[in-house]
Parts: sequence; structure tokens; C-alpha cells
Amino acid sequence: MEKPIAGGSGSAAPLEVVLPRPGAQRAQPAAITRWLENEKLLAAVLLAPAVILLGLFIAYPFVMGVWLSLSNTSVGNVGEFVGVRNFVKAWHDSIFQTAFRNTFFYTFWATVFKLGLGMWLALLLNRNFRGKRIVRASMLLPFIVPTVLSTFAWRWMFDPTFSVLNWLLYRTGAITTKLPFLSDGVYGMWCAIAVNTWRGMPFFAITLLAGLQTINPDLHEAASLDGANGWQRFWRVTWPLLKPVTLVVVVFSVIQTFSDFQLIYVLTNGGPANSTHLLATYAYQVGVATGLLGEGAAISLFMLPVLFIVVWLQLRYLRRLEGA
Amino acid sequence: MLIERRWKKWVYFYIPLTLFVIGTLFPFYWMLITAIRPDSELYRSWRAVNNAPFWTLAPTLEHFRDLMEKTTFPHWLWNTFFIAVVSTIISLTCGLLAGYALARLRFPMAGTLGTSIFVTYLVPPTLLFIPLANIIRTFQLGDTPWALILTYPTFLIPFCTWLLMGYFKTIPKELEECARIDGATRFGAMTRIIFPIAVPGILSAGIFAFTLSWNEFIYALVFLSSPEKKTVPVGVVSELIRGDIYFWGQLMAGALLGSIPVALVYSFFVEYYVTGLTGSVKG
Repeated sequence: MEKPIAGGSGSAAPLEVVLPRPGAQRAQPAAITRWLENEKLLAAVLLAPAVILLGLFIAYPFVMGVWLSLSNTSVGNVGEFVGVRNFVKAWHDSIFQTAFRNTFFYTFWATVFKLGLGMWLALLLNRNFRGKRIVRASMLLPFIVPTVLSTFAWRWMFDPTFSVLNWLLYRTGAITTKLPFLSDGVYGMWCAIAVNTWRGMPFFAITLLAGLQTINPDLHEAASLDGANGWQRFWRVTWPLLKPVTLVVVVFSVIQTFSDFQLIYVLTNGGPANSTHLLATYAYQVGVATGLLGEGAAISLFMLPVLFIVVWLQLRYLRRLEGA
Repeated sequence: MLIERRWKKWVYFYIPLTLFVIGTLFPFYWMLITAIRPDSELYRSWRAVNNAPFWTLAPTLEHFRDLMEKTTFPHWLWNTFFIAVVSTIISLTCGLLAGYALARLRFPMAGTLGTSIFVTYLVPPTLLFIPLANIIRTFQLGDTPWALILTYPTFLIPFCTWLLMGYFKTIPKELEECARIDGATRFGAMTRIIFPIAVPGILSAGIFAFTLSWNEFIYALVFLSSPEKKTVPVGVVSELIRGDIYFWGQLMAGALLGSIPVALVYSFFVEYYVTGLTGSVKG
């Protein structure tokens, strides 16, 4: 079992035969099964479909993206190498600068709110009450339904003329004139952050809740016997134990928020006057809508350094966990 | 247990929880009420005196009928469903095999491969959509469902592999060893002993993958162009707005109908979905 038996009639066969071919398997069962007893060969067979698909549609596009970003390719026009001109051009482009700043602003505040509110909700859901299961299940709805569709509901709620939120605020006396939700750049950005928080908070809440449920209640009992109040129990008992899960959830959320596209595309489409673009929506506008593939690819590659740092931190953290 | 005073429980528990529930569900209520409201009520100024925005006295199914009969919405539903199911099946198969190999077999480069699959898991679609569009054009897959069926696995396979790898690691090795002593081949032990035990994990990964591909937007937006070939999210965004005019009744009806299938799948498998969700971030 430890060492696969060397030799065998099939072991000299070339690797290509490995690709799944149910017909062939039936034809010579003995040879194939003997051959699959080899641990390395079996691993190669099992990994081949995944590796081929990912190589073809992740690794290859990545290399191609780098090439595109260094060329002046546009739709229907094979470009030539232009060096880093696209990157330099983007860097001096004022819309790009806004999009770049917006992306950080959006990611930072949305993550802060999602973490804060998600943690609060997780703590609430961790208690026992009637209807707990249904409440927990319904809380995940914003995360389940297609973002584009729920963002449309928000867009309708932020509508300049028929906004229900304006109506509510007006009726309760909070405002005397309507708020320019999406017709002002600053308001627009905060609206996007609010919608992103609404959508992503359940993800935080449910994963943190799963983490909370692994914490032994005896610890809390002991802490409160020692005279710790609720706040102290949270910071001294819950938070340290929850930190690993929190970190992982934050990393995932940062990556998704940083590269967000659909929410802005539907809510403001970068407007008014290109003031709410994120890197992804601006890359879309330049690369797809305008057709300047090279420049668009360069803009989206600006996301790479940040994503790289986040992924690297995550990997290092995972390694440390495994090592411990 | 810790005993609290009643007012404290209201302030610290019931009121915040109620606010969370209202905040979370209000947009869905708003979708529904807009979808069944006649146009005459829909476009009334927000300051109108007789405005009653939170309910309607004349509910109508007109928007749903228009959506079904005057647009290609039924096509979009079918496309989305077909693409989501096929790409989920492809990704599950690949993820199942790869996850098993990474969890159980010893081979050179195992660690590197595991890490690189994890890294691809973290690659967002918005980083690669421009070169991918080029590749799709080269393969002449543009405007066909295959453009999506083949690209969705790029974010589904890493997730399925990751989740199932974790699941396989929780299954005791002894089970397989027993089967092998009884004469099963390596492959046979995998398919007949381990895979059946992993069914809950497979279901979790499958449900989660299905919802992810149902919700995918940017690839579908870039790769598809004919109205009747679109998926629900893209169709609603691009076909229900004519010129600059938003038909909010239809839009909300479309949003509602596009959300229901995935919400239904979710409601039947909440526990599996939650396992998939929490498993998706576990190291």
C-alpha cells in the first residue's frame, strides 16, 4: 500500500491517455486499474480536468492581460507593444485618480461597517429566542439574491423623484428638502457603501456566528463569575477567540469589495460626471464600452498589487496556523 | 445562565434585532410592492398628500404579464438555469476529483498545486474579464452559453476543491484502508467508499456554486449580446430600460422573479448553504 508496485504493463503509457475516457476504461479495465494504483498517476488523472480548465481560463488570460496592458490593442485592431504607456496615461488621468481613490474609500468604509454590524448581528443571533432559525435564514437573503437585482431595488429607493427614503425622512421631519442620493458624487459613494454593507453584512454575521458557536459557554460563565461585564466579556473572551475567523472573513470581503463591479454599475454607473467610478467599472468603461482593450486591461491590473498583498498576508497567516 | 432585567433585554436585544430584520428585508418588500402596484400609483410625487407608499389598494399582475409576454424574460430564466446547472456540474466533478487528490494522495508538487488553486480562488473576475473576452472571441464562443459554462468554473472549481478538500480530510483514512485490504482498487475505494460519505459536502458545494453562478454578472454582461441569449441579471439591466426610461414596475417584477428560484433553492437547503458559506472561508 505504501509503495505502488513498479512496472506493470500500463506504467509506460504516455500521460495523454489519462484524460477521462469512459469508453476506454471499459475496454481494458485491468490495465487501467492497475495503472491507477500508482499514486502519482492517479493524482495526475484526478487533477488534470481542474488544472486544464484553470490554466486555460485563468493563467492564460492573466498572461494575455499583461500583454494587452503593454500594447495599444483595441477592438478589431491588433496592437503593438507600447511599453508602460497605458499605465502612465492612466496614472495621469483625472477620472482614473478619482476611481483609484474611490476604490480604497469604498473598500475601507464598507469593510468597517460590514465587520461592525456583522459582529453585532452575530452576537444577537447567538442568543436563544423563538423563531431563531427563520430569522437567521432570512438574514442571509441579501447575500443570496443576485446583487444586480437587489441593487435595482435600492436604485429605485434612491430615485430622484420617487424615493421612498426621501418620503420617510420628509414625513418624520428629518429633512425639508429631498436628498440628492445618487445625483451627487459624495452622496452616491456613501449610498454605494450602504448598499454594499447591506449585501455583505450577512456573510460576516453568519460566518462569525459559526465561529461564536464554537466558543465554550463555560468561558463566559467563568468570566462573569469573576465579575466581568458584557463589554469586558466580549473584548477579553469572545474577540480573541474569534480573531482568526474574523481575519479570514475580512480578507475575503476586502478582495470582493475592492474588485466590485456590479453594484456601482447598476447604482450609478460611475456617474454623476464619473465621480463614483471604481477601478473595475472604469476598466469596463474604457476597455469594453470604448473598446480600448489595452488601456482597460492596464486599469484593471492596477488592482493587482493590492490583491497580491492581501492574498500574500492570507497565505502567510494560513501557513502560521498550520505550523502552530 | 445570566439573568437580565426586562428593559435591558428590550434595549440590547429585541430592538436592535428588529431593526436588523427590517433593514435587511425592507428592499425585498419594496420590490414586491412596486411590482404589484399599478403605474398610476407608482409615479406619484413623493410629496403628494394622498401618497400611501407602503401598500396598495389596487394590486395588479400587469407588470408580470408584460414581463412574460412582451420581453424575452422566460428565455433569460431558462438560460440562467441551464448555465448555472451545467457549470455547477462541471465544477463539482473537477473539484471532487482534485479535492480528493489534494487531500489524500502524496505526489510531488502537492503543496504548490494546493496553494495555486487557493490563489486562483482569490482572483476576482473583474481582474480578467478584458483578456477573457478576447479569448472567448478567439475560440468563437462569444454570445453562446458555452462562453459562460466554460468560464464560470474558473471561480467555482477553486471553491469546490477547497471546500471538498476540507471535507475529505475529516473522513478517517482507515475507511479507505479497510476497503483496500478487502481488495478494492484505489479508484474503487475513492468512488465507492469516500464519495458516498462526502455527499453532504458535495451538496453544500453544489448549492453554493449554483447560487454563485446564478448571480454572476460581469462575464455574462461582456460575453453575451443577443437579447434572447442573456441571463436574468444581464437581461434585466440591459433590456428592461429603454432609452433613458426605467419601467420600474417591470424591473421590480423581473428582479423578484429572478431572485425567487435561487431563494427557493436556498430555503430548501439552508443548512447545507451555511456549511458551504462558512466552509468557503475556512483555512
